[in-house]
Amino acid sequence: MTTAVSVKQLIKQAKSDNDFSGLLQHVPYAKFIGMQVESFGDELVFKLPANPNNIGNPVLPAIHGGVIAGFMEMSAIVQLMVLMQTDSVPKIVDFAIDYLRAGYHKDSFVECKITRQGRRVANVNINCWQTSDIY
Amino acid sequence: MPITAQIDLPDLATRFIGQLAHCQRLGLTVHHIETNKVELKLPYSTDLVGYPDTGVVHGGVITTLIDTACGCAVVCAIFEQFQSLEISPTLDLRVDYMRPAEPHKPIYGLAECYKLTSNIAFVRALAYQDDVEQPIAHAVATFMRISAEMVGDEFRQALLGQVDTQASAKDGQQS
Repeated sequence: MTTAVSVKQLIKQAKSDNDFSGLLQHVPYAKFIGMQVESFGDELVFKLPANPNNIGNPVLPAIHGGVIAGFMEMSAIVQLMVLMQTDSVPKIVDFAIDYLRAGYHKDSFVECKITRQGRRVANVNINCWQTSDIY
Repeated sequence: MPITAQIDLPDLATRFIGQLAHCQRLGLTVHHIETNKVELKLPYSTDLVGYPDTGVVHGGVITTLIDTACGCAVVCAIFEQFQSLEISPTLDLRVDYMRPAEPHKPIYGLAECYKLTSNIAFVRALAYQDDVEQPIAHAVATFMRISAEMVGDEFRQALLGQVDTQASAKDGQQS
């Protein structure tokens, strides 16, 4: 286990380097599913490379719906941390997901939009896609 | 087409979980089964931590546990009611996180398929550790029923746990 690192410090470092992958390196679950992050200006795009360990439907094959959800939840957490610049990691109150199609065994991407940032709770809209034509 | 073979639900559920690569990595096991209900067990692992300072597992893991338990409950409920093997994709899922999971303890995911229509399965679920009255998370989900033919011979046989000639002949008739 890594020793406790100040979250604020991590975010500060990530911002100055414009490299947010260090944040993910400190979260075992992010490494477990293999997620990555890239920044384009102020925008963060999260990537979940195709990984046979994430398969949940061997027939198609398709990514486990729970992995897609976990990937999206983690993306929202990082997006909020970057925006808030706080010392604590946001806790999820609730999470609702609509699955529009199967997540095939290939790279997936996530973008988050913070629709409201209050003092205690925030709302985040998360989109996950694989091919860029339609979500 | 009904499946006439005698199949125990716990066996069916265990084989279903065994077919899902990600669930194998998580170490999910079937803990308890009753009519329309499935309970899965997730052992604690430091690989699944979402909050390194406290060792609490990531919410995504709880979501995966719940999604799998719900999907498994649907497979079992459909099999019980229609003697048919279907795998149903999740349509939507909503999880309320009530409290963080305590580190170093297993988490149980209890799902109940409370309504089955010709197209949709409705499921509710809880994740808890010591006391089901003090859940970590509560969830509702819907699943879409797809035809049994979509399951594929290989997967169906894996679920049936039969690769003997009799089962193959039966499967051959179905498809």
